Amino acid sequence: MQDRKITATALAEAFYAKIQKDDPQIGAYLTLSKDRALEQAGRIDQLASRGETLPPLGGVPIGIKDLLSTRGVRTTAGSKILGNYVPPYDCTAVSRLEAAGAILLGKLNCDEFAMGSSNENSAWHPVRNPRDRTRVPGGSSGGSAAAVAADMAVATLGSDTGGSIRQPASFCGVVGLMPTYGRVSRYGLIAFASSLDHIGPLTKTVKDAAIVLRTIAGRDPMDATSADIPVPDYVAEFEKPVHGLKIGVAKEYLGEGLDPEVRNAVEAAIQKLEKLGCKVVEISLPHTKYAIPTYYIIATAEASSNLARFDGVRYGYRAANARTLSEMYRRTRDEGFGAEVKRRIMLGTYALSAGYYDAYYLKAQKVRTLIAGDFEQAFHKVDAIVTPTCPTAAFKLGEKAGDPLAMYLADIYTVTADLAGIPGISIPCGQTRDKLPIGLQILGRHFDEATILRVAHAYEQAVTPGA
Amino acid sequence: MKVTSKDVSYVADLANMELNDEERQRMVRDLNSILDYIDLLNELDTSSVEPMAQVSDRYAADQAEKRSVRFADAMREDIKEGLRKSLPHDVALQNAPESDGTFFKVPKVIER
Repeated sequence: MQDRKITATALAEAFYAKIQKDDPQIGAYLTLSKDRALEQAGRIDQLASRGETLPPLGGVPIGIKDLLSTRGVRTTAGSKILGNYVPPYDCTAVSRLEAAGAILLGKLNCDEFAMGSSNENSAWHPVRNPRDRTRVPGGSSGGSAAAVAADMAVATLGSDTGGSIRQPASFCGVVGLMPTYGRVSRYGLIAFASSLDHIGPLTKTVKDAAIVLRTIAGRDPMDATSADIPVPDYVAEFEKPVHGLKIGVAKEYLGEGLDPEVRNAVEAAIQKLEKLGCKVVEISLPHTKYAIPTYYIIATAEASSNLARFDGVRYGYRAANARTLSEMYRRTRDEGFGAEVKRRIMLGTYALSAGYYDAYYLKAQKVRTLIAGDFEQAFHKVDAIVTPTCPTAAFKLGEKAGDPLAMYLADIYTVTADLAGIPGISIPCGQTRDKLPIGLQILGRHFDEATILRVAHAYEQAVTPGA
Repeated sequence: MKVTSKDVSYVADLANMELNDEERQRMVRDLNSILDYIDLLNELDTSSVEPMAQVSDRYAADQAEKRSVRFADAMREDIKEGLRKSLPHDVALQNAPESDGTFFKVPKVIER
């Protein structure tokens, strides 16, 4: 683009043509922001025609999960209750990408308020996995993963509260990175569970994920939980050797419930890392089996509080013809929220209610300490931990829709990192006999995305040179 | 059974939801099944464990020398001109389901 071989406008138009042709079969996009995209593309083309150096992401077409606010572009969070909501401000991560020259193509489908592991909880329509359209793309950032897999965006942003970036990345065969809690500002992210929510990129390559992370990371005065910790040049860090790095393998992540094909692929990936000079160390994360119950108390408790704001007063849907304020609140929420959101609000409200707070919420917070402690112990011994991202490859649409507990267990290997606040990345590591992608998860120390990106990049280059 | 139909009505009330009969029945079933699974946590003795409310509670918790690196810290310098700028009035009202141009409008508040 700098050499003016292609204009940003032509590239954006080509992506819109691709979306128009392919997305009816996939369902990744909810809203297209063509005016905004072409305006930005025009600015990039002007810079190029004046011979000026383009910004680092100049002309790169991106898509954004519909949970991230975009000024003037409808943002629904996948929910009927925000069906007509047009935010008056931009999410910091989005404005940082645009400031770096990226072009916002549109907003991507997701489970309602990011609650789900299959994208089937979107109030609008499900997303189909581009690798096999009878299967789910994963969730909740299903549209974000599918758009990258189907070449309908070069990079996308998703959010991860229990695995919602890494699990769909694994199911769709792309790279998904959840940064450390506090690494990326959440200003403008519609809140699900505030102590667990993260924003991060989904891309085709590890290098692209590193570039996007560097662009969106760092302190933001608008988010008090964003950390004032220096952001390294992750791509420059790729030059450091992985030789001698200690990689932990936890037996708790390779036990019961793991699909044999996934296990074989992950074990082969571990051998590959050993060949690259990493030292593989067996470790134990003994509280792993308590992670899902801990997560479902903490996440739903926080959600019940965060979602109290949707009451039909200031924005979004309002039930018609209510006679009193109280009736209006109730009917608005009854009609506006979907089944899974209601279920989680109920569970969270129950866990926080008088008489149950200690037994559920406080208990879960204490077990969260134990889970975080497992990782603290492990990272005394190793530099990174390698696990499967998910116990299985993508399942069929409808397969788990009737059983909330079975759906929750799809996140069994990803929730732990959200609870501990450590970074994790999912990268493709082969496929099943049915040609479904398998994901390898690499977890690292707090604020040490550099190491997991470096290991992921080394593995990727060893498997697909030049990616 | 931990959660009864009465509990569901009580909790729905706390959460400002009504739920129809079918939803309530389903909720009794789902909440009981999830809470049974959550009972797994009772295997653990946590009497001497501190609760973790935020990731920053644990960040570098076992590395004394790094303790000074804190985040999730809401302190900032005072802004001399007063409060940080907020949204203009008309913009804040743009998404209102009902407004009179100055205020959000809602149905009658006092019930009798």
